[in-house]
Amino acid sequence: MKSLSATELAIRYGFLVLMAGLIIVFSVLKPAFLSPQSGVFILQSVAITGILALGVTATLVVDGFDLSIGAVATSAMMLSAYVMVIWEMGALSAVLLCLAMGAVVGLVNGLLIVKMRVPDLLATLGMMFLLVGLQRIPTQGNSISTGMVLADGRTAEGSFAPEFLMLGRHRIDFILPDLVPLSVVVLVVIAVLTWVFLELTRHGRVMYAIGSNAQAAGLAGINVARYRVLAYVISGVMASIGGILLSARLGRGDVASGNNLLLDSVAAALIGFAVLGAAKPNAFGTAIGALFVGILLQGLTMLNAPYYTQDFIKGAVLVVALVFTFALSGRVGRVRR
Amino acid sequence: MTPQAITIRGLTKAFGRNAVLRGVDLDLPVGQVTVLMGANGAGKSTLVKVLCGVHAADAGEVRLDGQPFVPAGPAAALRSGVVTVHQNINDGVVPDLDVASNLLLDALAEGGGLFLNRRRMREDAQRIAAAVGMEIDVTRPVAGLSLADRQLVSIARAMAHRPRLLILDEPTSSLSLAEAQRLFALIDRLRAEGVAILYISHRMSDIRRLADRIVSMRDGQVSGLFEGPALDYSGAVRAMLGHEITEVDIAIPPPGPAMLEARGLRLKPEARPLDLVLHRNEVVAITGLVGSGKSALAAALFGLEAPVAGEVRLDGQPYRPANPGQAVAAGVFLAAKDRLTNAVIPGFDIQQNLTLPFTARHSGPLSLIRRAAERAAAERAIAAMGVVCQGPRDGILTLSGGNQQKVVVGRWMAEASRLLILDEPFQGVDIQARRDIGRRIRDSAETRATFVLCAEIDEALEVADRILVMSEHTVVGDHRNENIDLALLMAQVSGTAEQTKEPA
Repeated sequence: MKSLSATELAIRYGFLVLMAGLIIVFSVLKPAFLSPQSGVFILQSVAITGILALGVTATLVVDGFDLSIGAVATSAMMLSAYVMVIWEMGALSAVLLCLAMGAVVGLVNGLLIVKMRVPDLLATLGMMFLLVGLQRIPTQGNSISTGMVLADGRTAEGSFAPEFLMLGRHRIDFILPDLVPLSVVVLVVIAVLTWVFLELTRHGRVMYAIGSNAQAAGLAGINVARYRVLAYVISGVMASIGGILLSARLGRGDVASGNNLLLDSVAAALIGFAVLGAAKPNAFGTAIGALFVGILLQGLTMLNAPYYTQDFIKGAVLVVALVFTFALSGRVGRVRR
Repeated sequence: MTPQAITIRGLTKAFGRNAVLRGVDLDLPVGQVTVLMGANGAGKSTLVKVLCGVHAADAGEVRLDGQPFVPAGPAAALRSGVVTVHQNINDGVVPDLDVASNLLLDALAEGGGLFLNRRRMREDAQRIAAAVGMEIDVTRPVAGLSLADRQLVSIARAMAHRPRLLILDEPTSSLSLAEAQRLFALIDRLRAEGVAILYISHRMSDIRRLADRIVSMRDGQVSGLFEGPALDYSGAVRAMLGHEITEVDIAIPPPGPAMLEARGLRLKPEARPLDLVLHRNEVVAITGLVGSGKSALAAALFGLEAPVAGEVRLDGQPYRPANPGQAVAAGVFLAAKDRLTNAVIPGFDIQQNLTLPFTARHSGPLSLIRRAAERAAAERAIAAMGVVCQGPRDGILTLSGGNQQKVVVGRWMAEASRLLILDEPFQGVDIQARRDIGRRIRDSAETRATFVLCAEIDEALEVADRILVMSEHTVVGDHRNENIDLALLMAQVSGTAEQTKEPA
């Protein structure tokens, strides 16, 4: 083992130490913070943002960015509600249609960026505005729930399928009865799959190559455009999964929820750069980043901090994480396009 | 004797341990066009950057009209009358502003009143434009102009400073013939007005049209000065490329069957078609100046750019790759030049850089990478190329330039190919790495055909069985690497020979 200097240690483990410190402080102030229920609550609160953040990570890996994830998630929520409540279809149709919608949005994002040469931030920002409007058109801006009055005067007869609601509400017995919510299981499975895909398969390897030097990757015979599009499709599908879970948890298509999804998940993915000094987007870091945000918010909530201080602290943590990544490590890991 | 606008004595400049200028002595007389030639890395751009105030010299003296000239920055150099028109035309103009604002940009940048006087600006701009014979509506935005007009704008802007020295860095590289003629006429006028002109170019036609003197640079020094009524163009090229014959010891093996055949291949609409045959077990170097079409040929063969016309057969089969992926699948590999831009993945370690094009060969079910197989392949490549490193998991950027180059070249030698194209494989490497890479290329050549693209003739002589010369996007010479007529080869490189073709 090479011995590490103090700076290197700080870069590598600084963020994990910070997280451990946070847990200790919260536990001392509020002993209930350490209970299994509190731990599970944290996991549940980060399940949706975590899944979205893993999708953004895929686009960050190819040196892109997806700002439309929050809007894709809320669109999936509205779509699933519309399918079940107004079209009166089943849970499976709702899930499949949402996943297809996410994939199509991702495909359009990818084609805008790759074929139309729209810069990634602008293309996905445009898509975000488009979706925020589009998801409200069918219901004239109203939330969707059973019994609502439709534009033509009829009443919506359909309801959320129980299997669908299970996705957001069911809890699995694990040590304690009814402990682990299904959404947390979904998060863990997706996190592991994303990690395996990015770190252990050749496709992940190639995507990192594109993110580090796209020109060189293309000259190595890699179809750069296809992998870029793939990254946005992954991101879109992940965001729609997040939206399905959100819908299942709320049990209605709520136009007012999901406002924080984009910022929280982007923060988680960017905090992930700093975990273990990776200085690059990575699935493990993103998962830890999401957990970090969850711990912070849960702790602050238990201390009765008002919501606006939570936003402030979240932003401060993000800035600190970015300093960890870019200033302290100072690695030239990425060639800017 | 003609008075000198600029005299340079003993100029040195190093970046870190890399000495780029190693004692440059150069005079630039007024009213003459001095052409500066030099291969990549010879130090031309650094010399220009010292003159126009971007870099400060480490040692040595520059005098402008007899006075010491040490500009504090580009603006100071401009005020003193040293004016530079850069190669990248868009560096010289602000596309979103109109012509008048561009022409007066330096005055605007210097400050003055808070508000702009539109009418006075327009009058000033028209006067400046007229001074270079530019007939253009100064209220038009620059974004709507052709490249040539943009360049004219940046030259006109430069001329407003009553320059003593005008530096033009490859100004015709993106101009059409007619546009270039207009530029030459302007240069003639400025020369007559007594401006000293330093003209950097590789285009022999430009050089023949304009040059009063030619200065060749090589390895950070002036390696040749050519003046007088009859300029020795091939001498200038020779001084720039050098050919102190290193102990060349090439045993030319009997070539195998034809591997690559090109018939009537046209790389550019205006280029003459070229034919070539490349055999298995043959290493062929292609030499020629920058812009002679070497890289365009590589791009055509690797599916980066479709040729204008012509037919290519690979191993007897028609071959027309639409993208690099298809080329690699057909067994045509290209190790690109400029490794940091085109080859190195900075975020990857040595192993990942080595296996990048062939991850499919090292992965199993579900595309999972087989770590042991990948590591073994990387270790084999490291040993074969003689990469000096701690192990395959070291970051690529921890290696020296020569070892990085071994990695990005070795990447393409790890798998069997039909045609291996190496574009400037010796670029920016020390002599030891150059020998190692050259030996590796020759040792592994038996099963494939090999193209080595290199501007330096020494390198071609060291590595090749046969040397092709390219000029103006076509092949103008073909020499077996045995008792080569260097004078003829140099003449072909500089485009001064009769069009000759010898059988291989």
